[in-house]
Amino acid sequence: MLAALWDTCSKKKTRNTGASWECRMVDKAKVAAQFIQAIPHSRELGMNLTEIGDGTAEIVMPYDERFVGDPETGVIHGGAVSALMDTCCGAAAMSHPASPSLTATIDLRIDYMRPATPGQAITTRAECYHITRSVAFVRAVAVDEDEDRPVATASGAFTVQGIK
Amino acid sequence: MRQKPEPVQVVKQRRDAALNALVHGVPYINYLGIEFDRRGDELTAVMPFDDKLIGNPMLPALHGGAISGFLEVAAVIGLSWAVIWDEMERGELDMNELIQGHLPRLPKTIDFTIDYLRSGKPRDAYARAQVNRSGRRYASVHVEAWQDNRDRAFAQATGHFLMPPRAKD
Repeated sequence: MLAALWDTCSKKKTRNTGASWECRMVDKAKVAAQFIQAIPHSRELGMNLTEIGDGTAEIVMPYDERFVGDPETGVIHGGAVSALMDTCCGAAAMSHPASPSLTATIDLRIDYMRPATPGQAITTRAECYHITRSVAFVRAVAVDEDEDRPVATASGAFTVQGIK
Repeated sequence: MRQKPEPVQVVKQRRDAALNALVHGVPYINYLGIEFDRRGDELTAVMPFDDKLIGNPMLPALHGGAISGFLEVAAVIGLSWAVIWDEMERGELDMNELIQGHLPRLPKTIDFTIDYLRSGKPRDAYARAQVNRSGRRYASVHVEAWQDNRDRAFAQATGHFLMPPRAKD
């Protein structure tokens, strides 16, 4: 998950070790487009980064029959939802202004509130609500077209890694 | 007079058919390419390495989401299997129904917490689930996953599940 931002940032950073903010100058739309492309598993699941802010991210995953967990109902498997949550939380952690844009998941808890409606895309919004020199704390919500009733929520801790 | 035990191949075939129907009936499990090794009632989930499971191509490392998907599959199948096993041994399971793809209702995940202990290498991964409690309505399951070395788990998880209503209820 760390690949894309790091890709975009690395050239500037290697020349400029002290200034980890440099990569913020990079066009965010461009970063967003490249982000998923650089993460094979997220790309395979059809994820699309629709928004990236200062410590926030939004990713949409379209409905796909290959990711069904319950063949009787057509509901998407929790595992695919956790992959979406993990990617979105990681993106939020990396996009925080205090993060040097490299991260790995330490732990992630997901609560499944209801099955996602078959046929509908799942949208996840994540927010990095606190960051220290070593750890980013992130939470996320996933919804389908009925945005008032969350499908799942997640909270996790992510590493904050600099480029040495 | 004591009944003669069934021939071993009959027993094995029935158990393997039940497991096969359970695992291959779920599209997401097939998508990730997960298979299960069975030794008696003990299952080991196996996720063969594939490029599509990569999260960081530079290291390279497995995607955290692929790892959590693998662990959740291992937990749900491990839990369902424990229930199916008991029904099968008591002769209550309709094998024809199962083989024709009428899966028993699967447990629903209430919550799932994953610890990432080490980065997942680009190799096959294995996981075993332990059902710590399986009540009438709720179950608690712990899963451990490893790669080359059984003693060095690269991820572990605990999940809570809502059990499907039993036929008798």
